[in-house]
Order: sequence, then structure tokens, then C-alpha cells
Amino acid sequence: MNTARRQVLKTGGGVTMLTLLAAAGWLKPGDAQAQTWNKVAFETKSLDETVKAMGGAAPAQSKDITFFSTPDIAENGAVVPIGVTSAIPKTESIAILVEKNPNMLAAIFEIPPGTDPSLSTRVKMGQSSNVYALVKADGKFYMASKEIKVTLGGCGG
Amino acid sequence: MADPMKIRANVSGDSTEVKVLMNHEMETGQRKDANGATIPAWFIQNVTVTYGGKTVLSAQWGPAVAKNPFLAFKFKGGAKGEKVQITWVDNKGDKRTDEAVIA
Amino acid sequence: MAVANRRIVRWGAFALALAAPIVLGQGSAVDEIAKYRAALQDGNPAELWEVRGEGIWKAPVGPGKASLEKCDLGLGPGVVKGAYAAMPRYFADADKVMDLETRLVWCRVKLQGMSEADAKKNPFGGPNNKSDMEALVAFVTSESRGARMNVSIDHPKEREAYRIGEKIFYFRGGPHDFGCVTCHGEDGKRIRLQDLPNLTTKEGAQKAYTTWPAYRVSQGELRSFQWRLNDCFRQQRFPELVFTSDASIALTMYLARNANGAPFDAPAIKR
Repeated sequence: MNTARRQVLKTGGGVTMLTLLAAAGWLKPGDAQAQTWNKVAFETKSLDETVKAMGGAAPAQSKDITFFSTPDIAENGAVVPIGVTSAIPKTESIAILVEKNPNMLAAIFEIPPGTDPSLSTRVKMGQSSNVYALVKADGKFYMASKEIKVTLGGCGG
Repeated sequence: MADPMKIRANVSGDSTEVKVLMNHEMETGQRKDANGATIPAWFIQNVTVTYGGKTVLSAQWGPAVAKNPFLAFKFKGGAKGEKVQITWVDNKGDKRTDEAVIA
Repeated sequence: MAVANRRIVRWGAFALALAAPIVLGQGSAVDEIAKYRAALQDGNPAELWEVRGEGIWKAPVGPGKASLEKCDLGLGPGVVKGAYAAMPRYFADADKVMDLETRLVWCRVKLQGMSEADAKKNPFGGPNNKSDMEALVAFVTSESRGARMNVSIDHPKEREAYRIGEKIFYFRGGPHDFGCVTCHGEDGKRIRLQDLPNLTTKEGAQKAYTTWPAYRVSQGELRSFQWRLNDCFRQQRFPELVFTSDASIALTMYLARNANGAPFDAPAIKR
């Protein structure tokens, strides 16, 4: 049995063939008729699993991926600002993962040519954790990490 | 239809800087209500930003993106008076498109 | 020196050595939290409430299909710009001192024919339950951004409200014998890692009052000053501070007047 079919049987409903093909890298984003949503990638529990679901393998640590406007301590985990810049040439996508969240992958951004490989957004963190920035450039995967502590503020709600 | 986004698009050198605030609960599906029932996941799954008919950014989001999501990025090109469109689609199939004039 | 004394001195020095990094650690944690707060300033979800509030202000509702655009917030009918920085204030038509929310309830009843109960409904929103009042507060306060706080106590009823507010601030009660002053009456107080403003100093009072309403990240909602006071009462285990009650107006009067002179800088964003 080929891997793709085995994956379909394993993951069951809600995962279209298109999604799997996109995850396996056989489709370029934008090819699919409907919006693709990489369900498999959003349910992974480890960095390696996520990279695999995105069609890659073992990301290399890179000093060319940097965080900006990303504090070391978040006063509240509900909103944690994360800014990522990739100086790696031919950056195609930037993904943000939170290691200790129930599911690691928070977001994937596809960067077409002409768009700066630099963006900022806000994620939820369930607890103090490493945050990974995963970059796909020229077909290969790279990553950088940063530890962010989440405190509990003083006044309850 | 869902509440509108707040989009700011400004010329910055030879690029356009886009900042957007979206109105969305981004419910994770992990929380329980007062009766102990799980509040179903409800979150934006796809975001597309277009300019001049071309996609300048697209994203797939999970529920870990913060409530009332914020996004900021830059793309090359864009002139004052031209438009940028942003569309989001959530896991219930609800969608919202807004556009902003580049300042 | 006796052996015992030497041991005490040695342990004392050891304890000091341990304490120092903790104290320094606290300092750098405060800096990092300041960075967190700074990073949140760009892109404040409060703006979503401001836009919605402006829509509600302008929407014609009720039997007369009237909007709130003739509501007098103290500077004349429909004048929103700068109005919040001069509130609470005495309103002759109501013959009472009112804060913003009380005045908005008044206008919704008088101009739009709403019942008072309906106008006061749902003051603090939640997920899937947006509060019109919070949106209106966001809009009106945003029009005072940059204006210097200039709350007057010229009218005898304004002075009375200020005095009552001051009494409430210092009043201790409830199961913990707390008063506002318990948490906000001295420098250097904090709850867990959250520094508490000293509201008895000019600087503390100004910084605190001029940054409400605020999008509270931990609430995921825009919260007004009425909410802030209500929640303080809850934390003190006091009876509920009723929305737009005279007590809430008096306490607001006291705190707002104490912030006079400072530029208003809200809606802000806080944890």
C-alpha cells in the first residue's frame, strides 16, 4: 500500500486528498481550488512531525532567522507578540510553533516573491515554552528558537 | 457577515507596509463553558492578502493565533491610492473580505 | 567575636548574597514586561471597538429613529472631542453628576426612547456577547486621546461626589478588611508579578486613570473604568459595585479629578 493511501486511512475524514498532496509537497499552494488547510500539520506534537507534515525533514538551526518585537516574558499568554525575519535567500514560507502548546503549529505564512520575509503576529501560549520559527527556503527547512516565559499577572482576570 | 477588519496600508520607501486587526474569537476548542461542555473550536484557517490581483501573502492559521488577530508585513510595490484586499475564511466556512486604500 | 555571632554574620552575608540576584532578577523581569507592553501597542484591538462604537453612536434606533449624535456629553450636543477628559461632571438637565456610562444611558433613554433597563443591559461583554456600551465607551474616549484631564469640581454636587469618592477609596471592609487604599495606598506594592499603582500620589493617579478604558488581553475584551472598579470590588470581596451607581460615579470622580493635568492616553492595551 502506498504511503499516501495509508495516511488517508489513518487520518480518516476531514482530510482531503488535496490537503495530503499539498502536505507532501506535491501541490504548490494556490494550485488547489479551495483553500487548503494542512490539518495534519496543525495536529502534530513535535517539531519534526510538523516539518514532515509540511513536506520536509530535519530543519537545520540557522542564525539567519531572527525574532523581533518578541519579549522574553509575556505578561499574559493569551496574546504573545512574535516577529520573525528570515535573511535566508529564497524564503518561501515562515511558520511559528509553540513547543508546549497542545498542538505545536500556530501559523504558516507563504511568502511570494516580492514580499518581505519578515512579519509579526500574536499567538497564544499555554505556558512558558520554546517558540520555533520554521523557515522553508529553496525547498529546505531551517529553524531558530527562543524561550518565552509566561507569567500570571496579579489581578486575576 | 462578520465584523470588519481594521486595515492600515502605508507606503514605506519602495514597499507597502500592511497592518491588520481582525475581529475573531479564535476559540481553541480547549475551553469548557460554565456547564462543563466543551466550547467548539472556531478560528480563522486561511488568510489571503492581494494587491493588483496578485497574492502578496497567504497564511494558514490554527487556533493558537491570538484572539482578534494582528498581522503586520511588507511587500514591494504599491502606491498611494491603490488598494489592498484581505480575506479570511474560518473553520465554519464564514468569511470576510475588506479592502484598504494605501496611504 | 563569639562563635555564635560569627555564624550569624556568615549566614547573614550568605542570605544577602542569595537575595541580591533575586532582587536584580525582579528588576530585569520588570524591564522585560515593559518590552511586552510596548510590543502590544502597535495594533490595539481596542480599535475594533472604536469603529463599532462610532457605528452605534450614529445608528438611528428607537421609535423616533434617533441616533446619539445629539447627545450632550458636557461640551454641547454632539460634541465628542475632548468630552471624556472633563468627565465626570454635573449635568443640569439631570441635576446630578454623571460619568460617561451614566450619561450614555441617559442619552439612550432620552434621545432614543430606550428603557433604562435596556440601556443598562449587558455593560460588560463576553465572547459571542458584544456590549454596545463598551463599544460606545471606546469610541467616545478615543476622541479625548491627547486632551489634558480637566475635571472640574466647581459645582457643589461635583465637590460632594469627590468627597464621597475619597471616603470610598479609604473605606475598609469586607472579609479581608480591604479598601482601595490597601493595594493602592503605597509605593512598591504588587500582586504576584503585577506592579500596583500608588493612587495617592499625583503621578500614580495620572498614569492609572489616563490608561482606561483598555483592551484587556486576559479578558479578550475592551474594558471601561466602570468595569475596572467593579472588578476591584470583586477582588476585595466587597458587594457588587452596581453599574452606574452613585458610588461608582463618586469613586470615578475622585480618581479622575486626581489625574487632572495629565494627557489622556486611551483606549490603551493592558494584560
